[in-house]
Amino acid sequence: MSLRVDLQIISEWIPDNATVLDLGCGNGTLLRHLHKRGIHGYGLEIDNSKFADCIEAGINVIQADLDQGLSQFADQRFDFVILSQTLQAIQRPDFLLREMMRVGRQGIIGFPNFAHWQCRLQLALGGKMPVSGSLPHAWYDTPNIHLCTIADFEQLCQEQQLEIVNRSVANQDSRDGLAIRLLPNMFGQTAVYQIQKQ
Amino acid sequence: MPEALPDNSVGLVKPQSIDIDQPLKLDCGRTLASYQLVFETYGTLNADKSNAVLICHALSGDHHAAGFHSMEERKPGWWDTAIGPGKPIDTNKFFVICPNNLGGCKGSTGPNTLNPDTGKDYGPEFPIVTVNDWVNSQAQLADTLGIKQWAAVIGGSLGGMQAMQWAISKPKRLRHALIIAAAPKLSAQNIAFNEVARTAIKSDPDFHDGYYAAHQTLPRRGLGLARMLGHITYLSDEAMGQKFGRELRSGQFQYGYDVEFQIESYLRYQSTNFVERFDANTYLLMTRALDYFDPAADFNDDLNAAMAKIEAKSLVVSFTSDWRFSPVRSHEIVNALLAGNKSVSYAEIEAHQGHDAFLMPIPRYLEIFSTYMQQVAAECES
Repeated sequence: MSLRVDLQIISEWIPDNATVLDLGCGNGTLLRHLHKRGIHGYGLEIDNSKFADCIEAGINVIQADLDQGLSQFADQRFDFVILSQTLQAIQRPDFLLREMMRVGRQGIIGFPNFAHWQCRLQLALGGKMPVSGSLPHAWYDTPNIHLCTIADFEQLCQEQQLEIVNRSVANQDSRDGLAIRLLPNMFGQTAVYQIQKQ
Repeated sequence: MPEALPDNSVGLVKPQSIDIDQPLKLDCGRTLASYQLVFETYGTLNADKSNAVLICHALSGDHHAAGFHSMEERKPGWWDTAIGPGKPIDTNKFFVICPNNLGGCKGSTGPNTLNPDTGKDYGPEFPIVTVNDWVNSQAQLADTLGIKQWAAVIGGSLGGMQAMQWAISKPKRLRHALIIAAAPKLSAQNIAFNEVARTAIKSDPDFHDGYYAAHQTLPRRGLGLARMLGHITYLSDEAMGQKFGRELRSGQFQYGYDVEFQIESYLRYQSTNFVERFDANTYLLMTRALDYFDPAADFNDDLNAAMAKIEAKSLVVSFTSDWRFSPVRSHEIVNALLAGNKSVSYAEIEAHQGHDAFLMPIPRYLEIFSTYMQQVAAECES
């Protein structure tokens, strides 16, 4: 099975033998992939329904609530702290971002871009909260309480004095294609950032 | 009583006993010149002796962890939900050993066994043993059986503390530690409960300073009270409410102080049952071993330092409604393992049964437990 595009991007950015912390690791897909390359670390996940999958793959998975922060980890403990498709479900994304930059030398964050043209269209013309493949929930039962756009996220990085080392934006057709490069906040469905403290 | 043994039972089992003729130096300063351990085994030891699993029991447990002693036995061993063919601790794959702890009262040397120096039972003169002493005695048992390294050491509650102590003090002698519903040390509240239990026992007029056997009696009221108290702390408010609620035994108030509510009846039944099968001096000893357990104490109260030498991989499990050793206590263990960059997984199981949940067939718990043990088994085969 091929890896989801944002996970592919993340995987490419992480060098062999790095130490990683995967926040919201789900069934451990990314860590399993990294594991094969000698990259070790921990996965944190609040829902233990997929723990058996993680354990079966030899992944160290810790049940934890990301909204409580990462106080179990010392400063600059990991090479990379990864937050993939989870930022939007966090109570205080700004707080977690600070925690990520405290325990990791670099952070990698992937999130759905709420300013993708299809979202804009649904809201502007349909007058309804957008629902799509990457945002499948209705407004009343969504775990996604803090959706943001590429522009929003970059503003938050600026406010927290974080340097963007790498950015990759993708939609279902292409990764960093021409349209995306020209207007990422319009044509990108998924954005992935590699960040570090300035 | 089972009419027929279930397919996933280890079946009829027989305890064994072994004399260990090596001296055992105890933390209290005394030395046992020799001692006996009673234990049960399930499954088959493989040729290179790499598939042995040690089960450590909790306060009132014993060596009878799985299967039945006879077709007449009403209930199987205390951890039959987890041990057996196809169960998390799969006896088709592992050779499982569960000893009765030193100082216990089910056949291993303890207060109710003969003191060779006096020709009488040890009684209250049996030395107080610690979790560390138990680990040392279990290591001597392993030596005697030719087991150099456990595939896993597994326990819940006080048993989980033994698994933790094994990983800390004998890092090379186990590949995995499963630390379930445990804590890195007792809280003041935990010690307080133990002290009430001990006070109940010691203040029973039949206790005779622990020499009740010489008076041909038992401190039934005291030990029974201690058990009642313990039982309340093993269950959650919710579990007790679900099981008994405010149900009355006779359907209406009797306006007296005899049993009115079903919960009273249950506690009395539990305590009467317990005093016939458990020794009061052992109860005192076990609660003290719990109180004393604090592996960080040898490392300037730094649990991270205590765990720094651990080589075993760990699975730590807690239960949401356990208020005796709550999930927060397991976080302390997990955080110390994480600080040392150890291989550890941790699950917090949604359960309403309280501390006793670790003995219950909770599907998510058994799924995670099984999956972990399958990895342990796979290592034994490769």
